[in-house]
Amino acid sequence: MNDEQQQAFEQCLYRFVGRQVCARTAAKDAVNEAMIRHWAETVGDANPAYTDAQWAARSARGRIIAPPAMMYSWNQEGFPVVAQGRAPDAQTELVDLFNENGFTGVLGTNVKQEYYKEIGLGERVHLEMVIDNISEQKATARGIGYFFETLASFSDQHGDLIGTQRFRVLKFIPPETAAAADGGGAEQDTLQTPTRIAAPRGHDNSWWWEACDQGQVLIQRCRNCQTLRHPPRPMCGECQSLDWDSIESCLEGELLSFTELHHPRIPGYPLPLICGVIRLREGVNLVANIVGAEEQALAIGMRVQGKVEQVDEKTMLPQFYPAENGVEK
Amino acid sequence: MTDYRTLAFEEVEVGDKLPSLEIEITTGLIVSTALATRDFEPVHHDKAVAQATGLPDVFMNILTSQSFMTRFVTDWSGPEAVVKSVDIRLGAPNVPGMVMTVTGRVQAKDDDAGEVEVAVAGENNIWGMHMEGCVRLQLPGS
Ligand SMILES: [Zn+2]
Repeated sequence: MNDEQQQAFEQCLYRFVGRQVCARTAAKDAVNEAMIRHWAETVGDANPAYTDAQWAARSARGRIIAPPAMMYSWNQEGFPVVAQGRAPDAQTELVDLFNENGFTGVLGTNVKQEYYKEIGLGERVHLEMVIDNISEQKATARGIGYFFETLASFSDQHGDLIGTQRFRVLKFIPPETAAAADGGGAEQDTLQTPTRIAAPRGHDNSWWWEACDQGQVLIQRCRNCQTLRHPPRPMCGECQSLDWDSIESCLEGELLSFTELHHPRIPGYPLPLICGVIRLREGVNLVANIVGAEEQALAIGMRVQGKVEQVDEKTMLPQFYPAENGVEK
Repeated sequence: MTDYRTLAFEEVEVGDKLPSLEIEITTGLIVSTALATRDFEPVHHDKAVAQATGLPDVFMNILTSQSFMTRFVTDWSGPEAVVKSVDIRLGAPNVPGMVMTVTGRVQAKDDDAGEVEVAVAGENNIWGMHMEGCVRLQLPGS
């Protein structure tokens, strides 16, 4: 889309701001016990304010109330959505405009409901909705797009405001590469459990990770001066020799430092996760996870024993335990 | 008749943690809750339609996420609490086979209004954050 096209598009787009999606419309059903019970059963909500008439009569409210979270449910279209799709309105027109211009991706990002008045059995929710605002074009993690926000107002049969709902949606241009890479996702029938992010393997370090895959932790050794070094690198820091071999570590060591990670939550990593720096008996330092002990039980200087273990479907890693645990290698 | 207790405003302190809640996400739950909130969008009950959007299976509708968020907070507060608002940022979808763990803590108190603000997060074990936000509740005085 060039500047001129974007301008033309945005001219049509921003005309939607303030447009009514639906005029004030009464829900097909008044607030009723049956629909509340279905909701409470499925959500597992045992709140007696919604379902226990005896309790409710004696409560401060003196009556059953509709669950606030059901506020939008009363006016939902219902089965015709499956049979005929959504009836056209300003929102569907807006979505069509986005789609025609390549903004086919859709993502609900925020929803906020405020409640001003509780309602009881027999009362009838009325809904009206407008397109409240549309953002300028944004570069988001999902792609280039626009946020639009609908504002729904709910009132009772007397016209008194019950509550409002703001719903924010991102319409974006989905990156084609992502769609191609996962085949549109349709063939992926099973839920993939995320694994840890694989360490990049290159010319200078892949040998180390390949040994790790086989259950060994190797330490690089200069063939000229015998100095050990870790992590792997091509040249000896002592004598600048490029000639090296390796020895296998016994994985006994001392904890030099550690920290417990709580954020950020990244799929594939069980949090909290303790990361430590271990001084191996051979004399080099290794960064690895400390497992088999709570953070409170760890102390700088304590003896640890490592073991190469499979931590998820695809990843082998050295992990360290307090040496008292008597881990056998 | 069970005697349900409701927390008094004075009993609650900023920093209080709510008992966490684990919800097993099944096809039955997703379909049943979608229909109970009268959301008949096919992505919430028809696997083929959900897969055409790039997801592995049917996924939980937003009204249900809102419902779990309020239920989580009123489970803790008791039934005389009045829910004033639910503000949610939406994250990764909940699909069958996942377990969502909901946690929360009191993050603010408004003495004048007698309201408490509870920060809530619902995280599933596969994709992480499903919903996070806050619920405002009005509690009775002691
Ligand atoms: Zn050397």
